[in-house]
Amino acid sequence: MNDIYMDNNATTMVDPAVVEEMLPFFTEQFGNPSSLHSFGNKVGFAVKKARKTVQTLLGAEHDSEIIFTSCGTESDSTAILSALRAQPDRKEIITTEVEHPAILNLCENLETQGYTVHYLKVDGKGRIDLNAYQKLLTENVAIVSVMWANNETGTIFPVEKMAEMAQEEGIMFHTDAVQAVGKLPINLKDSAIHMLSLSGHKLHAPKGIGVLYLKRGTRFRPLLRGGHQERGRRAGTENAAAIVGLGKAAQLAMENMANENTYVAGLRDRLQEGILKSVPNSFVTGDPENRLPNTANIAFEYIEGEAILLLMNKHGIAASSGSACTSGSLEPSHVMKAMGIPYTAAHGTVRFSLSRYNTEAEVDRVIEAIPPIVAKLRKLSPYWDGEGPVAEPEQAFAPVYA
Amino acid sequence: MWDYSEKVKEHFFDPKNAGAVAEANATGDVGSLSCGDALRLTLKVDPDTDIIQDAGFQTFGCGSAIASSSALTEMIKGLHVDDALKISNQDIADYLDGLPPEKMHCSVMGREALQAAVADYRGIELEDDHEEGALVCKCFAIDEVMVRDTVRANNLSSVEEVTNYTKAGGGCSSCHEAIENILSEEMTARGETFVPAPVVSKKKIVKIKKEEEPKPEPVVAAEEKKAVSARKLTSVQRIKVIEKALDEIRPTLQRDHGDVELLDVDGKNIYIKLIGACSGCQLATATVGGIQQKLMEALGEFVKVTPVTEEQLTTLVGA
Repeated sequence: MNDIYMDNNATTMVDPAVVEEMLPFFTEQFGNPSSLHSFGNKVGFAVKKARKTVQTLLGAEHDSEIIFTSCGTESDSTAILSALRAQPDRKEIITTEVEHPAILNLCENLETQGYTVHYLKVDGKGRIDLNAYQKLLTENVAIVSVMWANNETGTIFPVEKMAEMAQEEGIMFHTDAVQAVGKLPINLKDSAIHMLSLSGHKLHAPKGIGVLYLKRGTRFRPLLRGGHQERGRRAGTENAAAIVGLGKAAQLAMENMANENTYVAGLRDRLQEGILKSVPNSFVTGDPENRLPNTANIAFEYIEGEAILLLMNKHGIAASSGSACTSGSLEPSHVMKAMGIPYTAAHGTVRFSLSRYNTEAEVDRVIEAIPPIVAKLRKLSPYWDGEGPVAEPEQAFAPVYA
Repeated sequence: MWDYSEKVKEHFFDPKNAGAVAEANATGDVGSLSCGDALRLTLKVDPDTDIIQDAGFQTFGCGSAIASSSALTEMIKGLHVDDALKISNQDIADYLDGLPPEKMHCSVMGREALQAAVADYRGIELEDDHEEGALVCKCFAIDEVMVRDTVRANNLSSVEEVTNYTKAGGGCSSCHEAIENILSEEMTARGETFVPAPVVSKKKIVKIKKEEEPKPEPVVAAEEKKAVSARKLTSVQRIKVIEKALDEIRPTLQRDHGDVELLDVDGKNIYIKLIGACSGCQLATATVGGIQQKLMEALGEFVKVTPVTEEQLTTLVGA
């Protein structure tokens, strides 16, 4: 029996058609795209074609707005640091409490350099209060950076609306759209979004390729200076094979997005319903009404996520957990904390993130495997007593270190 | 995914003594909900002999927390409570053939549950002196609270000093930035400015308190030292001096769950074996350096201390 992969928000399988498209760029088409000779030209044209395709996927007005980077993290860092360097008088940043560490760790570091970072809070479903956001939009703010969709819960933020609100106050707007690109229709041409980050390996392209979209006219300071690649906005020889792969992945995403989303969302809902029906004391985190079509983050109360993952792995099922123990930190997922999920549930969250390669049969296997796994761990838990949780669990067993 | 030993997996996938013990007369509840691990250890102790007749666990936690709990119950069944209390968290980790550094807190939780349960059995109230915070040094499992408290209590001002006092930062050095940040905050709080060293010095920092002038060596001690160095020791006498010096070092190493054993003496070459936590420790070089210094002082001559295994020794001296 094949193993089941449901961790596509971590990374995706490279589409075989993408691999096929890339292969010649490791062999006969090895030229440097910046070279003037025919070896370089062929690769240069392929890069240009990929840039056009990514432009179309993002609904950008110009292909020159597409800057190839090494990954989403590089794109995020470039966007924020560029905004700060281009506007040295503005010392404030607005972001959210639930961003990816690519943003949060950068912001934390910037705080030590004298910048003020405003972290927007989220409610129990992971949603932002736009009134609170509006109050922070002042002339001191250099950039707003808000993710398009949350990687753990799949909750989608109203970034287009937020970008308009920022624009009205003359503030740059960046979105980390790593989880959204390829899953949601995007039209940057008609939006007020100045910068957007995407990562190839989240949409069936390889790892090591990302994009920073930079709206024409936006003040910019490069992160990497050197050669003239990417119009001097990102020095370094282009990762041509990966760029070509991303171009192909972007094309496939456009062709299949609508059908795939219906299919993948159908699988996700079947999985979610099956699990919730058969496992007591489990619930979906995030905003079920406004979520990525492929993501279901389910909290299993009174047990811990890493233990669930280890047992799932034994059954050949791969997913992710926001539990502290999977990351090596001692804190539960910052997203769960921000949403106010109690510790007894926050540690037991499992993220199932599906793709077009999953099948109904796989979903049914997972639905069958999960209840005994949860039951086994609950049998070991001091919060579980036979058929249900102990009365007032956190009061009944609120341990302290000896 | 973590690199768990087969023993950890065995105790996780098939835990021993799961559940509460019937007729338990001792309970130890420990853990931290924020950290995602909590353990209830129940014991049935014979009140006449103080022998642990049965032990059971209930754990809310990760794979290694469950495995550590299971291992602990196996280790203590049949032991006198006094002997059970001698079990260290390192013993639990050793029983499981090791735990990843980030998971050592699971073994600590096991030991603390045992202490709590024995205290409960004896009717003693244990003080909650546990502090916890974000893990700073993953190599040695040192958390932020410990680093911060140590910096504060000792007025530390460099990463090297923090490493000397806490071990944090003594391994892969990826946490040096975090340590610098803590130093910066703590030094600012005491009105000083943190100035990072451009390059980490290899020299060991020796702190001399300003008010304490270095005292001249007592005449008698110096004469004794001279006598040792002047007199020619026989091989047996040398070995005895070395053994005595190692015995003096031993308690320090044992505090860190390590130890040292003398394997052979071949002229100026002294071969030792590092045991327990000292073996494979990333500060082993510093430990060996300290041992060498101690032996040179004791013998009054230059010697070279080399840590080896029995197999390596055979190759080196043909023993």
